Amino acid sequence: MMKISRAPWLLSGPALTLYAVFLIAPIASIFLISFFEFNFKGGLQATFTLKNYIEILTDGYFYEIFGRTFGVALVVTIACAVLGTGEAYVLSRMSNPWKGLFLMIVLGPLLISVVVRTLGWALLFGSTGLISQFLMFVGITSGPVSLMYTNLGVIIALTHVMVPFMVISVWASLQRINPSTEAAALSLGASQFAVIMRVIVPQVMPGILSGSIMVFALSASAFATPSIIGGRRLKNVPTAAYDEFLNTLNWPLGSALAVLLLITMMVVLIAANKLTERRYGAIFG
Amino acid sequence: MYIKNGLVGLTFHTLFIMFILAPILMVCAVAFTDQGFIGLPTEGLSLRWFYAIADNPRFLDAFYFSLKLGLVSATFAVIFSVPASLAIARFQFRGRDAIMAFLMSPLMIPHVVLGLAFLQFFTTIGVSGTFFGLAVAHIIIVVPFAMRLVLASATGLDPAIERAALSLGASSWVTFRRIVLPLILPGVVSGWVIAFISSFDELTMSVFIASPSTTTLPVRIFLHIEDTIDPLVTAVSAAIIYLTLIAIFILDRTVGLEKLFVGKGRA
Repeated sequence: MMKISRAPWLLSGPALTLYAVFLIAPIASIFLISFFEFNFKGGLQATFTLKNYIEILTDGYFYEIFGRTFGVALVVTIACAVLGTGEAYVLSRMSNPWKGLFLMIVLGPLLISVVVRTLGWALLFGSTGLISQFLMFVGITSGPVSLMYTNLGVIIALTHVMVPFMVISVWASLQRINPSTEAAALSLGASQFAVIMRVIVPQVMPGILSGSIMVFALSASAFATPSIIGGRRLKNVPTAAYDEFLNTLNWPLGSALAVLLLITMMVVLIAANKLTERRYGAIFG
Repeated sequence: MYIKNGLVGLTFHTLFIMFILAPILMVCAVAFTDQGFIGLPTEGLSLRWFYAIADNPRFLDAFYFSLKLGLVSATFAVIFSVPASLAIARFQFRGRDAIMAFLMSPLMIPHVVLGLAFLQFFTTIGVSGTFFGLAVAHIIIVVPFAMRLVLASATGLDPAIERAALSLGASSWVTFRRIVLPLILPGVVSGWVIAFISSFDELTMSVFIASPSTTTLPVRIFLHIEDTIDPLVTAVSAAIIYLTLIAIFILDRTVGLEKLFVGKGRA
């Protein structure tokens, strides 16, 4: 170990400076601007007003947007928890080479840009898309059905984007389980289902929870998928902020939206973390 | 593994894999259509839309731009990450945890918020719409990815090796260049790769700070889709999928995808 105590600060200096100038300053300015005023003639006015926040918190239009944002995020999180945990479990019991191959298939899409993955869903969801054709073929619907511009479509596409994160999280947890607990339960006569519900799931709960926190946060702040699949009518907070910033040019309002999103998400994340730590502190600590 | 997967498990797994692959296969299939519009199933197969990419300078320019941006972002991210990782891995000092958390913080900030923040800040300081601005933004968001992997390598370093080199008379710089760097090279290389991919793929933040002369490929695709979904943009997307497949394959063979994403636990 080097005895010079300034060395670590010098070494991390460049990175810290970069962040201080180009990360802290921009974020701070967002907070600042959210208190500014905007009008059609003068544009941006540097004042201090709570107008933007009041507008957001009292307008039904924004209630709907916030509600949709967190509602969709919640459903996606639950879907991912169920699907991701199931798949991680099935994968963990596979032998190579299958395990490696399927892990690659499940995790690989994370390296493909989200626009491309969402385009795929847009192709599937259209009224001439394969999903519509399939439903008509099977007889569930009589006419073409489009999942585009629907909340369900957004949920399905977002689940697809987020589920690899859940698999990663649960997978990491599964690696730490002692496989003999499973064998012991089975030898004591437990059914397969009981083994999963009462031996495996409680032990991977930390992974499920931390995965859920991550999926929720990412879903609530998702932009590309809700924008493409949801379209102009189904806005969530990020797409609404985009609108205000780039279309209406009302930067103060857009910033206020961003600040509120950031704050609500921090609150949810910290609360969820505290809850997780309190119950599973021994495993995380 | 004491128990093999049963029929239920394997059925679930098959459906899950189909779910995962559906949109990706869809893009690839439609890209080969010989029609002038999206219609499925397609009657004939053709490479016409891939050829059409060559006639479309906007997509090609965006591709080269994304490549350039990715190269710059990944390289600088690594340059910032290596000394910081060495500091965190080797020294126990007050503020170590805080610095680590601080440098990882971009991961916790939604890209939407970062996009707004950078747009606003860059406009104020006058670099809005420049390559410099876009690069800085990308560097900041990929540093955590690079650092995570470099740090993993750096923490595995045995300090005794360094001490031995120093005691044999090597200067700090030579020790770094010929002992430390080669030893952490796996982390540095994989850090660079994941940083590059993250930069190349990035959309949400870039959509805010891109300008007509600084448009990345994902942004170009996004803007195109807002207008119309046609076989051309599908072919471009299919091309991205193929390139990514190659990257996935290489990454899996060299580093292992599992290690890349799951890692060896929190550093």
